[in-house]
Amino acid sequence: MSGTHKVSMTVNGKTVTGNVEGRTLLVQFLREHLQLTGTHVGCDTSQCGCCTVHLNGNGVKSCAVLALACEDANVVTIEGLANGDKLHPMQEAFREHHGLQCGYCTPGMIMSAVDMVNRNGFELDEKTVRKHLEGNICRCTGYHNIVLAVQAGAAAMKNS
Amino acid sequence: MYDFDYYKPASVAEAARLLAAGDSKLLAGGMSLIPSLKMRLNRYSALVDLGAVLDIKGIRRDGNFLVIGAMTPHAVVAASAEVRKILPAIASLAEGIGDPLVRNRGTMGGSMANADPAADYPSAILGLGATVVTHLRQIAGDDFFKGVFETALQAGEIIKEVHFPIPQKAAYTKYRQPASRFALVGVFVSKSADGVRVAVTGAAPSVFRFTAAEAALAKRFDPAALDGITIKPDDLNSDIHASAEYRAHCVVEITRRAVLAAQ
Ligand SMILES: Cc1cc2nc3c(=O)[nH]c(=O)nc-3n(C[C@H](O)[C@H](O)[C@H](O)COP(=O)(O)OP(=O)(O)OC[C@H]3O[C@@H](n4cnc5c(N)ncnc54)[C@H](O)[C@@H]3O)c2cc1C
Ligand code: FES
Ligand code: FES
Repeated sequence: MSGTHKVSMTVNGKTVTGNVEGRTLLVQFLREHLQLTGTHVGCDTSQCGCCTVHLNGNGVKSCAVLALACEDANVVTIEGLANGDKLHPMQEAFREHHGLQCGYCTPGMIMSAVDMVNRNGFELDEKTVRKHLEGNICRCTGYHNIVLAVQAGAAAMKNS
Repeated sequence: MYDFDYYKPASVAEAARLLAAGDSKLLAGGMSLIPSLKMRLNRYSALVDLGAVLDIKGIRRDGNFLVIGAMTPHAVVAASAEVRKILPAIASLAEGIGDPLVRNRGTMGGSMANADPAADYPSAILGLGATVVTHLRQIAGDDFFKGVFETALQAGEIIKEVHFPIPQKAAYTKYRQPASRFALVGVFVSKSADGVRVAVTGAAPSVFRFTAAEAALAKRFDPAALDGITIKPDDLNSDIHASAEYRAHCVVEITRRAVLAAQ
């Protein structure tokens, strides 16, 4: 039993393959096999949301998803948002509004924020933003500027 | 995590066959199972992922029942126009589970099978008198939950769907434990031609029916009918979040609010 198994999926628009164990998590596959280290591991207990990626269009905690369960899936990570040197409007808004301090939670915050816009549209009130970020924990900022950044980023996405 | 083999069958029958072999375990959204595997609380030779079994994913109305497939994620239930229309209490229950990222992945069937004493969905089974349909049989909701993380499911038995009767009135009100967002106390009330049901989650080792409140509300479905009704703290949970006495108080108060919300 066990050993390694071949897995193949689309990550940030490219088809990737690898050999993983049954227990290999999606976040491990991204970070350790693909060297996409923008996706962080904060808690490893499904609480903090640092590891948020989009799986077939839905925000998920990649520390609680098996790599093999993503066979043939479409995964987008923080590295997949920018267009070359041009930051995604949500990334730009986090920079502009100082939506980060140490930056550890930021990739997850941004992936969650984009998921929020996909679900709720471009005009987000503070309550919606705070509610949607319940699965993303930040230990530095106190969230105030994160909320402002998400609202501004959402508005900017409308025009991009 | 200990390593395991991984299978992703395309049908319930194939999943059942795989489960029968060795020491295998079903995987749904993984939101409860993967964290428990990380703690090495259990060890399985294989996980059988239901993610590709598409016929147990989805929502439909069948006569006077709302039928939810086991693999339907919480986010899909919460956003469903059908559920919002015919049983809004279930939509708002699903909307209140964990956070959006958990709701995108976690499933109704996984929540029922897991039977966490503070989970939300189990209260809807008892609070509506729902029926759990597995690949082997139908289990009456009142017989489904057996204790802490314990159900009537046999080893290898797969939940296919749950049939929720559509009531005249219903509401689910949860007092959240703010860190985990699980229920400190959650109450599902419903009123239908068969009577009133009040199911309480989060307060005791397992979800239970608050029969004294049911009797009072059957006479008059009004928060005031609960005046003078109490519950003994003796069998309720006591932990760092709340004492049994506090939970006993909350059970009555949250029932009152649920009845108000169901008016
Ligand atoms: C941060 C966080 C917050 C949460 N907050 C809440 C909350 O507020 N309220 C709440 O109710 N829950 C909460 N949960 C739990 C969440 O709802 C889970 O999704 C759910 O309990 C399990 O569903 P799952 O699909 O992830 O199942 P899994 O974790 O995959 O499986 C759980 C168990 O069910 C079994 N199983 C799964 N599907 C079936 C089936 N069809 N037939 C038979 N057995 C099956 C599995 O073998 C396993 O034993 C939270 C989880 C997290 C990580
Ligand atoms: S690392 Fe995945 S939720 Fe914290
Ligand atoms: S910026 Fe440091 S954890 Fe959020």
